[in-house]
Amino acid sequence: MTDTPVALGARPSLRERADRFRARRASWIPVSAAVGILVVMFAVGQAYFGNFLTPRVLSSLLLDNAYLIVLAVGMTFVILTGGIDLSVGSVMAFTGILCARMLSEGAPTGVVIPLVIVLGALMGLATGVLVQVFEVQPFIASLAAMFAARGLAFVVSLSSIKLEDPFVLALQSTRLAGGGWYLTPTGIIAIATVVIAALVLHFTRFGRTVYAVGGSEQSARLMGLATARTKVLAYVISGTCAGIAGVLFTAYSGAGYPLNGIGTELDTIAAVVIGGTLLTGGTGYVLGSMIGVFVYGTIKVLISFLGAEQSWTRITIGALLLVFVVVQRVIVARSSRS
Amino acid sequence: MTSDDAVDPVTEAPVVEITGATVRFAGTLALDHVDFRVHAGEVHSLMGENGAGKSTLIRALTGARPLDEGVIRIHGKVARFARPRDAQRAGIAAVYQEIDLLPNLSVAENVLLGREPRRFGAIDWPRMRREAGAVLAGLGIDIDPASALGSHSVAVQQLVAIARAISREVSVLVLDEPTSSLDLEEVAELFRVIRELKDRGVAIVFISHFLDQVYEICDRITVLRNGSLVGEFRTEELLRIDLVQKMLGRGAEQLVERPRPEVDAEPRRAVLRARGLASRRLRPTDVVIGEGEVLGLAGLLGSGRTALARLLSGVDRPAHGRLELDAREVRLGDPRRATRLGVVYSSENRRSEGIIDQLSVAANITLALQAQRGAWRPLRKARRDELVASWIEALDIRPRRPELPVGVLSGGNQQKVLLARLLALAPRVIVLDEPTRGIDVGAKVELQNLVSGLADNGMSVVFVSGELEEVVRVSDQIAILRDGAVVDVVPGSQVTVDTLLAVVGQPDEG
Repeated sequence: MTDTPVALGARPSLRERADRFRARRASWIPVSAAVGILVVMFAVGQAYFGNFLTPRVLSSLLLDNAYLIVLAVGMTFVILTGGIDLSVGSVMAFTGILCARMLSEGAPTGVVIPLVIVLGALMGLATGVLVQVFEVQPFIASLAAMFAARGLAFVVSLSSIKLEDPFVLALQSTRLAGGGWYLTPTGIIAIATVVIAALVLHFTRFGRTVYAVGGSEQSARLMGLATARTKVLAYVISGTCAGIAGVLFTAYSGAGYPLNGIGTELDTIAAVVIGGTLLTGGTGYVLGSMIGVFVYGTIKVLISFLGAEQSWTRITIGALLLVFVVVQRVIVARSSRS
Repeated sequence: MTSDDAVDPVTEAPVVEITGATVRFAGTLALDHVDFRVHAGEVHSLMGENGAGKSTLIRALTGARPLDEGVIRIHGKVARFARPRDAQRAGIAAVYQEIDLLPNLSVAENVLLGREPRRFGAIDWPRMRREAGAVLAGLGIDIDPASALGSHSVAVQQLVAIARAISREVSVLVLDEPTSSLDLEEVAELFRVIRELKDRGVAIVFISHFLDQVYEICDRITVLRNGSLVGEFRTEELLRIDLVQKMLGRGAEQLVERPRPEVDAEPRRAVLRARGLASRRLRPTDVVIGEGEVLGLAGLLGSGRTALARLLSGVDRPAHGRLELDAREVRLGDPRRATRLGVVYSSENRRSEGIIDQLSVAANITLALQAQRGAWRPLRKARRDELVASWIEALDIRPRRPELPVGVLSGGNQQKVLLARLLALAPRVIVLDEPTRGIDVGAKVELQNLVSGLADNGMSVVFVSGELEEVVRVSDQIAILRDGAVVDVVPGSQVTVDTLLAVVGQPDEG
């Protein structure tokens, strides 16, 4: 979304420019709503606690939620095509525990990490093929993948495996610090994922086809776009991201555990929706999904600052999600009327 | 591909020439050896009522469905289209009534997606906007290529669809009902664009059920009826009334007129009365249906005949007006309630709003009755079998096998199953929208006789059909619709097809 204006003879009036802005940027409204909520939460937290907006808290927001950002990026691709991927939490657990197990048995890091990421991609491929070739509902196809991945995680190990590999641990413990701010390799990976995904979605034919399929698969097909390949690839990307998240989460928690990530798929979907992506597909941005994850993370931090039970996180997320879904309905209803 | 010279459409070789086009659907002929040709730089209208074969012919031309027999020649060369892409490569583009674009993407993308300009593998957005802007400007459309398509009116979206179609080399442009959702000003804009393309030498196939538009924009007209070619005519040599007559046809079916009571017999007791019913497609309308009376609705496609039928049966909610059953007001827009009051509706879309293909004949017949009784009072099996057997007998549904899935029956028998379902509810008023569409002549006659029989037994019937003979034959009263309004109500015994034609096909005054 560059801001290159089209060549116009006369200088457009303020009103014309406002109209043009609206016509071009309407799809960013939900994202700005998410940003607004984030800002409000920051402001309220700061006003209430006084020590909320510190470099330490803000830096930890990225660190604590790096795996979730990566998952949300993959999920955004799938939801943009109008699908859903319920398997990401389990795939993350499976790849995470497999990573920990193989490393604990002395496999080289340079083999293990690519391998588990490829396994995640393969799980995504399986879901995508079920959805596209066998025309299984995305909900059911990814539910099957979710059970399969959870089962595989238990096959790898029934109990927690402590992580001792120095490289993976360093992903979490290395801190590029400066003036109270810090950045870990996990955070860099998360941000890099967002940037790469945003570029792919905006600048490649594949990326635009993702939006086209979500807008109307039938129309996209009639336009001669590769809809089948695009849909499968969206699930592969989601699986790949789940694989990366598996490594990140293992690094973050310092251990692999087969029960990790239960319900994480729902947190991910919540973050994506709060970030302004329409569940019906075709509208949304990975940047929004990242904001959505930050909203989610900030609620968690606020609640721990309050000393309240973490179950309030879920309640607040639930309420916010409700608000966003209603707002989305209104937007969709209005645009279909006009 | 296109020629800049002024071409004489008649002497020049045609761009598209289809000969002997034949397509079979489930045993019936959707197209029967039809010839069709279009020349460069002409606007050619394809006319015909529903089921005439227009869309089948267009689907063949655009590669959506291959011909069973016949040859398509493009610029004199035989072309075989297995997929839409083949037709596109041959320079044939189509824009449909339902716009096949993506409202969530920008105008520029909608014009160029699939062959967007790229630089180092990445989409070159500034160039994409420039190129799309140039195509749009060529058509005289001044909109921001970066704006979301969904932020524009349907009319503009339609023009964008045309821009997409012509942004590649195109020699034939098919416009299928492009004006149905446009207002007058928007139509004028569309016509300006069509003339522009015509001057560039593009051959345009224009399909519309608005006669005024056809006469305004088209050079020649090809008329189809029941899958057969009626003829090709120069627009200025074909009177409107002749066109309408050719579209509706004068079937040679010899049929017995049903004896009708004298017109000035005592007026029947009014059962259903509409007062000022109006919707988006229908101007305020008053009609009365008496007990045991058949009210025919006659008019061309798009005249509002279906809109009125749906309002009368309480299926759709009107913008204004009221409906009274036995002088008591009926709440509209609630089919369930209307059904309980004894008003039932049979849709013109038999497949999508009528029968359920996979269910058995028996299940289809008892569906509505069971729904009305509610899930807690199932019909006993013996009672159900008896009921189904009696309807199969009464309506002569063939084959007489209640366990067969309805999908395998012929169109006429499917229609009878649908009728049996409604009749099983013992309705007082039955609204039949195009009950005889797509069924063979014998079955048509049977259904017409059935309708007459129902009326003789005191049921009130609203009968909608695009075939005027049929309307004249079965109706006691005929409401004639034109351009969304009832222009006249006449007794069935006092009109002939010819007098009806004169009213139906008349151009708008003023």
